[in-house]
This record gives sequence, structure tokens and C-alpha cells, in this order.
Amino acid sequence: MLRALDLKIEPGSTAVLGPSGSGKSTLLRLLNRLADPDEGTVRFHGDDVRSLDPLALRRSVLLVPQLPAPLPGSVADNVRYGPGLLGRSIDVAGPLRMAGLDPDYAERDAARLSVGEQQRVMLGRALALDPEVLLLDEPTAALDERAKEGVERTLAALPCSTVLVTHDRRQAERLATRVVELAR
Amino acid sequence: MISLTEVAATLVLVALAAAVSLWRRAELEQDLGVAVLRSFLQLTAVGYVIQAIFDSDSLWLVAGLLAGMVSFGSFTARGRAKAVPGALGPIALALSAAAVVTLGLVLALGVFDAEPRYLVPVGGMVIGNSMTTAAVALNRLADEVRGQAGLIEATLALGATARDASRGIVTRSLRSGMIPLIDSTKTTGVVFFPGTMVGMLVAGAEPLDAVRLQLILLWALLGSVALAALIAVSLGYRGFFTPAHQLKELGE
Repeated sequence: MLRALDLKIEPGSTAVLGPSGSGKSTLLRLLNRLADPDEGTVRFHGDDVRSLDPLALRRSVLLVPQLPAPLPGSVADNVRYGPGLLGRSIDVAGPLRMAGLDPDYAERDAARLSVGEQQRVMLGRALALDPEVLLLDEPTAALDERAKEGVERTLAALPCSTVLVTHDRRQAERLATRVVELAR
Repeated sequence: MISLTEVAATLVLVALAAAVSLWRRAELEQDLGVAVLRSFLQLTAVGYVIQAIFDSDSLWLVAGLLAGMVSFGSFTARGRAKAVPGALGPIALALSAAAVVTLGLVLALGVFDAEPRYLVPVGGMVIGNSMTTAAVALNRLADEVRGQAGLIEATLALGATARDASRGIVTRSLRSGMIPLIDSTKTTGVVFFPGTMVGMLVAGAEPLDAVRLQLILLWALLGSVALAALIAVSLGYRGFFTPAHQLKELGE
């Protein structure tokens, strides 16, 4: 539940910090219109998101979910899915490298990877659409310490703006130049 | 001609069912009583209605009776698929299309003449089976949406339409609606004898005639339930999404 929120997110890296139940994930879902607010307006480049094509918005303001949700099929199938919806074919090696995965993973069954590897597939799948902003919902919450460090290194090197939701203050400070704190 | 005494004698077997329920404390005695009473009243009433339609030989009355069956069947199936938002429209369309297409085809192919004697029972079978299939398929659809909400939202987040994001669950729901009838068609004559054939044999028809009519009905039913399931799930999934391709919040 979000109330009385007045927030402007600039290009670059922003972290959204807050306890569970403070509405961090809801905020991300409002930014790419997976949900609409009961009151108030969300704007992207000055335009009310409700006036934009929701599908095009979601491709440029792209959410990576908290829990990996691989589509049935190989890693390559997952990475090709988004561009495929637009009739585009892509080389999966580039997005996989950006996500910190060796391109040799391409033909492996996405469902049989470790959670950390699946999280990287989610990142690669998102980067394949060349988004303007990545919305990252607790991207390391399900990972062990070693996998977490690896994913953090990848996130720090991402080529696009990011909005990172986390409950970990130190992670927010490591990965973002601005930190927004939500209270319950 | 079967007398009411003969019908009443069969109540001994219902009493056996009630005895089993009492003995095993299944607490089904009241339900059994209601089921017996309702089946007697409903079938007797529909018997008189059908007799009147046969006597009048009016195709308009047949159409009215079938429309009534579609309405009743639609509300019944909606009651069983409560978790699907706005399911009544898709179900009504599925049942109507199944009835119209199946009856239209058997008439066009010359399988039956356009007489109430054929149209009423065949239409009733088609609508009844389509109702069950649509309800099963839509129930599965609701379970799938609930179980796969994370994957559906993750797919929408990649710019997929509601239709793209539902593709897999729509296919699985279609399968689960159709599989029971396909399975029972596979085992027909081995594990069970279908009702039409039993009725014809009891009434003194030649076995091969009974078999041929039964085959016509079984095969027609396969087509009609496939159509009903397809329409119900292809339209039904939309109830879970907003026009902006958002997954609606699901109630318990």
C-alpha cells in the first residue's frame, strides 16, 4: 500500500529502500503499469503512463521479478522471447554476457539452473529488449552470499538506468547513486 | 411400456445406497432423497414438455427448448467456475455454438431428419456434455492462473499481451476439458456401455443399429465439446486481465 508518495526518479541508478509491506514492489509495478494507482498519476518523460501503449512502456521500463520465473524451454528461448514478440531475432550471446552468464548456457534448460543462474537469465532476458530503465525487485534476495556478489557486480555494470528495490541499506548504497526510503 | 410400479421398484436400489450411506456414516441420505425426488420431477416434467413438442412437430418449440437448456446449462457451469471473472458470456456462447454447429452438421450431412424426435435428445446431449466440458476447462484455467500468476506477470513485464502470456495455460485448460470425453470414448463398449445404445437395446433394437447410432452421437459429441472448450477458454482467459494487459488481483 502506497500513500502520499511524491517522487521524481532521474536517469541513473536509484535504490528504493524500506521494510517489507512498505509498498516497494507495488511502486515498481506502478512504474511499468502492471498495476494502476487508485489515485494520482505516474508519468514517464512527462506523459501519464495511462496515455502510453502499456506493452511498449513495459519493454522500455522493464521489470525483473523478485523470484526467477523462467519460461518453459532453454536459456536462449527465454532470452529470445521478448524480441520475438516484436518479430525480431537476436544473438543471445550479448545479453547473456551482460547478465554475467557464459553464452555456453544458451541451450541449457532454464528450469534446471540454480536460482542464481536463473536470476541472471531473467536479467539477460530483460537486457535483450535493450530497455531504457530496468526495475529490479530484490534481485539478490533468493541468492547465497557468493551468487549475490556476482549479481551485484553485474548490476553495477548495467548499461541502462535502474530502479532497485531492496531492504538492504548497504546494498542500496553500494549500487545506487540515489536512495529513496519508504516508511510503512 | 414401462409402468410406474416398475419404476418405483427400482427405489430398492436407492434404499441400498441410503443403507450404505447410513452404515458408513457418509451423511448422504438427504442428498440421495433430494436427487431421487428432483430427477423424478424434472424428468417427468421434461417428458411432458417433449411429448407436447413431438405432438406439435414445431421446430420453433425445439429451438425454444434448446435455448432454455443453454441458459440453464450456462448458469450451472458458471456456478462451477466461479473463480473465472465474467464467465457467463463465454460459457453461453460456447454452449450455443456447440449446439448450433453440431446439430447443423448432422442435419446437413443427412444423418438425422430435421424433426423434434432427433433434435431434442441430440441437442440435449450436446449441450449437457458441453456444459460439463466448459466448466472443467474453466476451473482448470482459474487454477492455472492462480498457480502461475508469477510467470504470467513476468511474461507481461516483457511486453507480452494477455493473450501471449496465457497461451500455455489456455492450451492446458483446453486439454483438461476434453480429455475426460476422449478417454470415455476410447473405453466405450469395453469399460462401459453408453446410454443411447443401452436404451436402444433395451427397447428391442438390433445391436448393430444401436451401435451405429451410438457412434454417430459419440463422434458428434467429440466435435461439439472440443468447440465448447475452445470457445470457453479462448474467451474466458480475458476475464483475468484488464484492457491494459494487467493481471487482475484474484480473490480467494
